[in-house]
Amino acid sequence: MLNLTQIVENAVTQLHLCEKCAAERGIETTVAAPTTPLGEFLQAAQQQAAQMAGDASRCSSCGTSLRDFRASGRLGCAQCYGAFEHSLRDLLRRVHGSSKHVGRQYRPPSDEAVDRNTTLTDLRTQLQHAIRQEAFETAATLRDQIRTLE
Amino acid sequence: MTLDLSLLPEGGIPWLAASGEHADIVLSSRIRLARNVAGYTFSPRSGDGERLRVLQQVRDAVPKVGSLAHSVLVRVDELTLTERQVLHERHLVSKDLAGLDASGEPRSGAAVLVSEEAGVMINEEDHLRLQVFRSGFDLGGAFAAVQRLDQELGEQVPYAFHAEFGFLTSCPTNTGTGMRASVLIHLPGLVLTQEIAKVLQGLQQMGLTYRGLYGEGSEVVGNFFQISNQTTLGRAEDELTEHLSHVVKRVIEQEMEARRVLLRDAGYIIEDKLWRAFGTLRHARSLPSDEAMNLLSGLRLAVGLQLMSGLSVYTLNKLLILSQSAHLAHEAGRALTESETSLARAKYVREVLANEAGLAG
Repeated sequence: MLNLTQIVENAVTQLHLCEKCAAERGIETTVAAPTTPLGEFLQAAQQQAAQMAGDASRCSSCGTSLRDFRASGRLGCAQCYGAFEHSLRDLLRRVHGSSKHVGRQYRPPSDEAVDRNTTLTDLRTQLQHAIRQEAFETAATLRDQIRTLE
Repeated sequence: MTLDLSLLPEGGIPWLAASGEHADIVLSSRIRLARNVAGYTFSPRSGDGERLRVLQQVRDAVPKVGSLAHSVLVRVDELTLTERQVLHERHLVSKDLAGLDASGEPRSGAAVLVSEEAGVMINEEDHLRLQVFRSGFDLGGAFAAVQRLDQELGEQVPYAFHAEFGFLTSCPTNTGTGMRASVLIHLPGLVLTQEIAKVLQGLQQMGLTYRGLYGEGSEVVGNFFQISNQTTLGRAEDELTEHLSHVVKRVIEQEMEARRVLLRDAGYIIEDKLWRAFGTLRHARSLPSDEAMNLLSGLRLAVGLQLMSGLSVYTLNKLLILSQSAHLAHEAGRALTESETSLARAKYVREVLANEAGLAG
């Protein structure tokens, strides 16, 4: 074992180089995982997440409760953010130091375009189903409808 | 569906080319954005039908998204375990998407789009995970590319967005920008001089965090660290990226300084150690994964210190990713036992070094 200690500008640097290990293992590291990973912090925070006044007991859209969230650490859908708004605002502040998004602002595509895309998606799904079922007349009709919308 | 890696643009890993700045120290720069499609339950809680509709909606949007031109869609839920692991070893899919965590199976509708420039994981914990990798230290380039993809896709597919909270995600640690910017960095100098603990502690104080080669929950092996932003809310995307860039620049300087100290004070020991690492890699008949990672780390340091010439950083990157267990099993065309994997790894490494290392000692 070779121990080298040196002092450079008041900073102590130590080298422990074992030639045998070097030959056998090459460069080795024994660096531990972060002491406070965000996951653990979040877990602690989410477990404390108390139900605040004004929040619903369950999300009316997906049925997730605050207890479900505490257990899994995952919200069920976008509407959960509205249902548990007060509790989440508190949690987000603790996790991120802020609850106010200041980054990219976003406006979804117009309803008309979304509706058309959603309809197209539906029609294409139906078309694939019709082809699998060998319902070729239905498939032809669906194909025409898709072409019109496109 | 079987996985034909030759169909993926650049194998999905163009960053191996090592064309970027500081590519011997920073392997890759990556930015990912978490997005959910408005109107659907988040993937972990939604049913098969809903996830398939999300997948179809994204597929329909692809022809109108320039960033995804010539992209290939891989249905992760139709792949074998080994194939899913191969995609994970290439950093194209997360553990969650590949079903490699506790659940053991991918969700129905789990898929990944791979283009030359970018990738999109579909039905991950969030419906969409947009990601861009760049070779070397190039967070600015990765940010510009992912921003373009986000813009284009967001015009076709409506995202779940909240005026106060920003982009809504399944886990509140991603809410807001939904952005995780990271670099995969090799820091053997700081580990050998034992300065690393101080550096890592400093990162945490500056709102950054670190993980191993394969992200969350992965061990630090071979002196490879993934450094990323810890929070996603309350700061804008460009601010988060610039902050990370600024800190990483400083870490690179510290690593280079540590290497200078090593060379100056322990030159012959280091040189001997690194050539021994080369000797083992060049001739060993069995190489377990951890040993290979450590030896490859040594080789990378030797190239960085210019103690070895004739070995490219591209070859080092290739060895690091393509010598992983699932790649070896995929190549063999069957599942391999642990000892067979070590034998196959040693053979692969020997062959690559024989062909690509025109070394001058």
